[in-house]
Parts: sequence; structure tokens; C-alpha cells
Amino acid sequence: MSEEKSARVLVVTSGKGGVGKTTSTAALGAALAHLGEKVVVVDFDVGLRNLDLVLGAERRVVFDLINVIHGVAKLPQALIRDKRLENLYLLPASQTRDKDALTEDGVAKVIAELRGKFDWIVCDSPAGIERGATLAMRHADAAIIVTNPEVSSVRDSDRIIGLLDSKTERAERGERVDKHLLITRYHPWRAARGEMLSIDDVLEILSIPLLGIIPESEEVLRASNVGSPVTVNAALSAPARAYFDATRRLKGEQIPMQIPNESRGIFNKLFGRKAA
Amino acid sequence: MNLLSMFRRGSAPIARERLQILLAHERDARGQPDLLGVLREEILAVISRHVSFDPDKVQITMDRGKTVSTLAVDIEIPNRRRDAGSAAVYGRLTFDPAPAGARSQWTNGLV
Repeated sequence: MSEEKSARVLVVTSGKGGVGKTTSTAALGAALAHLGEKVVVVDFDVGLRNLDLVLGAERRVVFDLINVIHGVAKLPQALIRDKRLENLYLLPASQTRDKDALTEDGVAKVIAELRGKFDWIVCDSPAGIERGATLAMRHADAAIIVTNPEVSSVRDSDRIIGLLDSKTERAERGERVDKHLLITRYHPWRAARGEMLSIDDVLEILSIPLLGIIPESEEVLRASNVGSPVTVNAALSAPARAYFDATRRLKGEQIPMQIPNESRGIFNKLFGRKAA
Repeated sequence: MNLLSMFRRGSAPIARERLQILLAHERDARGQPDLLGVLREEILAVISRHVSFDPDKVQITMDRGKTVSTLAVDIEIPNRRRDAGSAAVYGRLTFDPAPAGARSQWTNGLV
């Protein structure tokens, strides 16, 4: 870690819980690392950490973010290096129940120290709009808003977009936080039949640029079951390819957007075409 | 809309329309994070110049409709009885946002 770097800080956020923030943080972080970037993923979900579990590092956690903030441990002691990708590190959250343990000054110091060591800092936000979520987005240069094509998720995403425009350091300096929409758990055939909000519906309502569309897939569940990001565990699967495309777009590459079109079952063949 | 047409068309258009209406309102409110709070402070400041009342007995509510929203202000003010100094009779000052053309009225009646 000798070379001085200047990281880009990303927050993965959504407002609503269970939409795929942690899964997406792990998948994008691993994809960035796979593409040669030096990445740290930081879990801000104090009290309910899970990024360690999704990355398969749950038994290697000794020190955590709160320990570093309180001076119990130095930052390098708390960083866990991934066993599969040597460029990928995890800074876990603590399981303490005291959410006030996360202080604004402490987070600022940790982010500042990480900025010099990595190319990307990916902050996994807790659900909600409370302290943990606002601190996770506080120093972000860019935000990934994870949204399911479903009314409550879209509404909460809209709320989070409002917070990104008012509560972040950049917003307070009068600068913009780049916002990227990541649609997850997308069912192509449901959208085609008008049973699920379409990509166009969500884009029109939220009006922020689209980073990627991740299809609903059993591979995502399988990856978290075994504690490996889907971009590592099933790198050629549809969701992993969608995450890799999203990662390349994050890096500034122009990649045409693929609207997932999973192989159709007999039911969809019979009924799907009518509505399309 | 009956069940059959819901099945045929899917429910996504309904979801889309509901979201568009809801978010239009929520985004309006975002610029003024606590419109009701501000209104409450200012209305109470004006009224307290003329009558005394218990700030806890004030209700300010806003009902947002599609085209028109209504603001209801309900303030309970103690009326001192002329003959007795001890017991207070409570009156209520209500603001009635009258329809366009008519004047709004403050009324002070006994409850």
C-alpha cells in the first residue's frame, strides 16, 4: 500500500431494505477488483452487518469500523483482504447495538485515510434514512441507487435522491453527487406483460441515468449462500454479466444497455407474447 | 376496472400513475421540509399577539387533494367568564379556508 492514491467514493444506497444493496456492493466491488482496480468495500450497517457474510469473510473479522473510529485498532488491522481477489478489501461494520458509535468526525477520518490507499471506496449503506444511511452517503462522489421495479422501492429511492442532493458534503459545497440507477430483481417477462413497472417507467419517474439492469436470478441467491460475490461465483451468469457491464460504465466505458431477456418457459411462450 | 381487464393489461400502469401523483406531492414538500411546522409557528405568533391560548391545544392539518389542498387550523382558546374568575370556558378559534371568491372567516364560538 505504498503508492499514494486518490479514491473515488461510491455509496450504494436505496432507502428501502432488501432491494439488493449488500449483494450489489459485493458484486460491483469484486468486479472492479477483477478489472484491476484497488477496492475497499465498507459496511455502514452498524448492528446488522452482512457484507462480511456475503463476501464469505465472516470468520475473519477481528476489528471493525467502530474500533478504528474509537482508536481501538489501526485501519490496516481492520481491513480484511479477500482470498480470491487480491485487490479487494473489506472494512466490516461492528455488531454493537449502539448506533451512535458511528460519529461524523470518525467517518470523515476513516474515509480520508482510505482515499489515499485505494482507487475505489464502496460504502454499503444501511436501509432507512437515519444516521447510518446519511453517514454512508456523506462523503460520496457518486451514488448507486438500487431500486426494484416496485412502488415502495421507487418511492424510497426518490426520497434518497433528495437526501443525496441536500445532506452530502458535495451538496453542501454546491457540487453534484453523480447518481446512477441500478435496477435489480428485474423480471423481463413480468414487465413485458405489464405486471411489473418497466425500465422506462422507473427511469421516467426517477429521471436519473441508468447504470444497469440486474435480472432476478437464482445465481444471486446461490452466491450469497456460499459467501462469494455473484461476479466471482458465476461470472458468466446473466446477473454477473449485468454487474460487469455496470462496473465498466462506472469506469466511464460506453457499454450498450442490455435489457435482460431470460430464456422463456413454456408458460411465457404461451402468454408472454400477447402483451408484448 | 374489473378483474379481467386488470389481468389483461397488468397492474403496472396503475403503479406508475399512483407513483407519479404521489412523488409530485412529495417533491413539492421537499423544498420546504416542514411546511406545516413553519405555518404553525407563524400562525401562532400572530394569534398570540391578540389572544392567549395553550400551545398544546392547537391542531394544524393539511389535506392534500389532487387539485386542491386544504389547511385546517384549530386553536382552543380559554374564554374567561365575566361573572366568575375561577372556571374557564373553552372556546375554539377555527380558520375556515373558504372557497375562492368568498372571504375566509375566523370564528370564535363556544364548544
